[in-house]
Amino acid sequence: MFRIKNCVASVFSIAVMSMATIPVLAADKVNVYSYRQPELIKPLLEEFTASTGIETEVLFLKKGMIEKLEAEGINSPADVILTTDIGRLSGIAANELSQPLANTTLQENIPAQYRDPKGYWFGLTMRGRVIYASKDRVEQNTITYEELADPKWKGKICTRSGQHAYNVALFASMIAHHGHEKAQEWLEGVKQNLARKPNGNDRAQAKGVYSGECDLGLGNTYYVGKMQTNEKEPEQQDWAKSIKVLFPNNEDRGAHVNISGMALAKHSPNRENAIKLMEYLSSGEAQEIYAEVVYEYPLKEGTKPSDLVNSWGEIKPDTLPLETIAKHRKDASRMVDTVGYDDGPQS
Amino acid sequence: MQLDNTTNEFERGKSQLSAFFSFLFSYKTAVILLAALMVLPIAFLVFVAASGDFESIGHLARTVVPQSSLTTLEILLGVGVMVALVGTFSAWLVSFYDFPGRSIFSWALMLPMAVPTYISAYTFVEFFSYTGPLQTLVRHAGEFSSARDYWFPDIRSVSGTILVMGIVLYPYVYLSTRALFQYQSSKVIDCARSLGAGRMRVFAQVILPMARPAIVLGVALALMETINDIGAVEYLGTRTLTFSIFSVWLNQNDLAGAAQLSLVLLLVVAGLLMLERISRRNRQFHDLRTERADQPVERIRLTGKPAWFAVIGCSLPVAMGFGIPMTVLVNYAARRLSESLNPELYKALFTSLVLAGFAALVAALIGLMFAYALRKDKSHAMVTLVRFASTGYAMPGTILALGIFLSLAMFDNYIDGMFRHYLGISTGLLITGSGATIIYAYVVRFMVMAEGTLDAGLSRISPSIDMAARSLGRNQLRTFMSVLLPNLRPAIAVAALLVMVESIKELSATIMLRPFGIQTLSTHVYDYASQALIEDAALGCLLIVVAGTIPVIVLLKYSGIGDVRN
Repeated sequence: MFRIKNCVASVFSIAVMSMATIPVLAADKVNVYSYRQPELIKPLLEEFTASTGIETEVLFLKKGMIEKLEAEGINSPADVILTTDIGRLSGIAANELSQPLANTTLQENIPAQYRDPKGYWFGLTMRGRVIYASKDRVEQNTITYEELADPKWKGKICTRSGQHAYNVALFASMIAHHGHEKAQEWLEGVKQNLARKPNGNDRAQAKGVYSGECDLGLGNTYYVGKMQTNEKEPEQQDWAKSIKVLFPNNEDRGAHVNISGMALAKHSPNRENAIKLMEYLSSGEAQEIYAEVVYEYPLKEGTKPSDLVNSWGEIKPDTLPLETIAKHRKDASRMVDTVGYDDGPQS
Repeated sequence: MQLDNTTNEFERGKSQLSAFFSFLFSYKTAVILLAALMVLPIAFLVFVAASGDFESIGHLARTVVPQSSLTTLEILLGVGVMVALVGTFSAWLVSFYDFPGRSIFSWALMLPMAVPTYISAYTFVEFFSYTGPLQTLVRHAGEFSSARDYWFPDIRSVSGTILVMGIVLYPYVYLSTRALFQYQSSKVIDCARSLGAGRMRVFAQVILPMARPAIVLGVALALMETINDIGAVEYLGTRTLTFSIFSVWLNQNDLAGAAQLSLVLLLVVAGLLMLERISRRNRQFHDLRTERADQPVERIRLTGKPAWFAVIGCSLPVAMGFGIPMTVLVNYAARRLSESLNPELYKALFTSLVLAGFAALVAALIGLMFAYALRKDKSHAMVTLVRFASTGYAMPGTILALGIFLSLAMFDNYIDGMFRHYLGISTGLLITGSGATIIYAYVVRFMVMAEGTLDAGLSRISPSIDMAARSLGRNQLRTFMSVLLPNLRPAIAVAALLVMVESIKELSATIMLRPFGIQTLSTHVYDYASQALIEDAALGCLLIVVAGTIPVIVLLKYSGIGDVRN
């Protein structure tokens, strides 16, 4: 009896141990910590391995990358960090979890306003935070963020939680442009115009327009492409058909944009390979994959957005430095609490 | 076997062994060490919390706390009442009455337990959404064309959240009350009946009070899971206190503030648990069991309307808690059948089962030691220690995982530093670089299930049995091994299986703690739910539910619900 138990126990231990593959430090390897999901980066990494022979190992994280890197310290297996949102990129830099990189290829490929001056992080793609407007119920073809607080939209606007990183960044840009007080007034106004309590993700706001619950939804550009081309859930194509993309503030400062980007981990054990991967991700080839598969705006000069993305109209990006947005994030997040944005319109 | 030659040796070895075990089961040392290990991550979070200022808490207290405390309380109250009613009521029906399909219901009522709350939330939203089957039907029937033309209840609300959580959490109460009813003699009930009490009156005035400790145990588990949940509330847009923990941490870069808030939640849960203990104080439940074998409950056969009522009462929770999630998932998975060939999926299934199985064994063992320690030593210090050691469940998984990771990585780096310094070699991240961290996290997180179940199991065995064994010359260890253990076997199995189901479902701590190369079902679902779309991971979700169903079905056998008498 005991012997059987012992056997079972040792089988278990062997199984557990064998699962813990220690990240290889060999020359043909690069380890990636990613907030971006497989669908987005798998095609790129496969191409990279095919052309360089360097194997990639990815750890997809949800929260706590900063804490994880910090705790692992000099023993961290991470080489390259991939994430969206300027807040996260600058957080990694501020905690000195990445290392400065002066690399001419990267500097040539990525315009200066989309990378850290010291090279602590580099942008890869850009996305706009735009308005999904009902084709049937909204006549105007231009809009401003400021206008969202106009009482004429009462009961007509849908957004996801105000505490989501994408909204926090947008609100931070409003603080940067108008100051804390004005921005708070504005957010209060938007809240009063909400059709329902903020919930769901960006696509759910398009669905809200489709179902008639709202006339305006707030969302990122690439989701529209994802919905338009969704073969597996054709219903989403109907959601996309019910909306038109309005690029806010096209007449003045332009639409609020955010980036996805990368950084070289401070204690990168495979530094050379890491740099090769980073150079590849900024290359024209990789940027084109981003544009065509993910429907984001490529940052490398000379690469074009996909035709589908261009069909929505031209985006005019707000030139506000991304660092400024990152600086106002905390204030913006607290403003969401102060206003009670997530409690919805009736409170 | 050369028994003769080795007998002496064997006896000596055995006495040494028993000396060792008697030390072990004089437990204080072992229990204190193990408890310390369980409390470590939480202690680390206290340290993190103390390192910050209290500015964030102050800001929150002025802004969202009043509203979100109210929401949290509403949800706790709602889920509590719902699981208590649904769980006890269905357990009462299948225990004391006979009606068509009863034996099927008696196990089917457990199935919703295999559905994680984040999947329940997601599938309910889909099912009740504008394009879901119900609203489409309503639109066709009423010839409406837009959501503005008719009213339909919104799942993304406080009451929706209560429904979504309660419908997959009631099995905790069902399980504990059903087990209790199983041990119950029908005498009390017959008495009440012969005195003229109707069915409902028997339920309200006899059954409910009798089942109270079991109900409280089940409700406590359900409420802890409710309070630590982030996946479901985030998706449903319900602003609970846990939601604020995450916005403080991630958007306001204040981990200390987030840790402070989680500790406040922990205190709330500690309060809940205290209530449970108080409710059990000075009550003895062990004498009820002795009559089990010779006088099983005689089920009353229901016919006509009451039978229909019972069938509906039992099928509704199963249909909602298991049927709706399965319908939605199967529907999505059917469109992605090609992915079922993905070998990664089955490797993830295997990993999930191994990690969860291992965690279940460890948790049951430690839980057994805790429960036994409590039986032997009811001092205030021991009780506090053990209670404290099983509070991990009350924390949001990510935050607990952070406490685990930060403390273990510190240990790893310390060892590595020593090795580098003295031997010039690097050990790297010994623990945090392996799957052991995940098992540790599961054990800490779900200890309350193991400890609670075993404590309840032990308390049903009268202390006079130990005394009898001791007076017949058995030492403590042998008493434990030959008398208590055989009686406890079902409880041990239930404890292990509960931990196993929970571990299979666990998502947030696993994501935080997995090293390179470890992929469980839930992390697979997370990875492949492209851009927050669970549809694309429907197959993985389905496997989680199915994998969770296996231990649930085994659970039935050991919990005595699997009706051998039929």
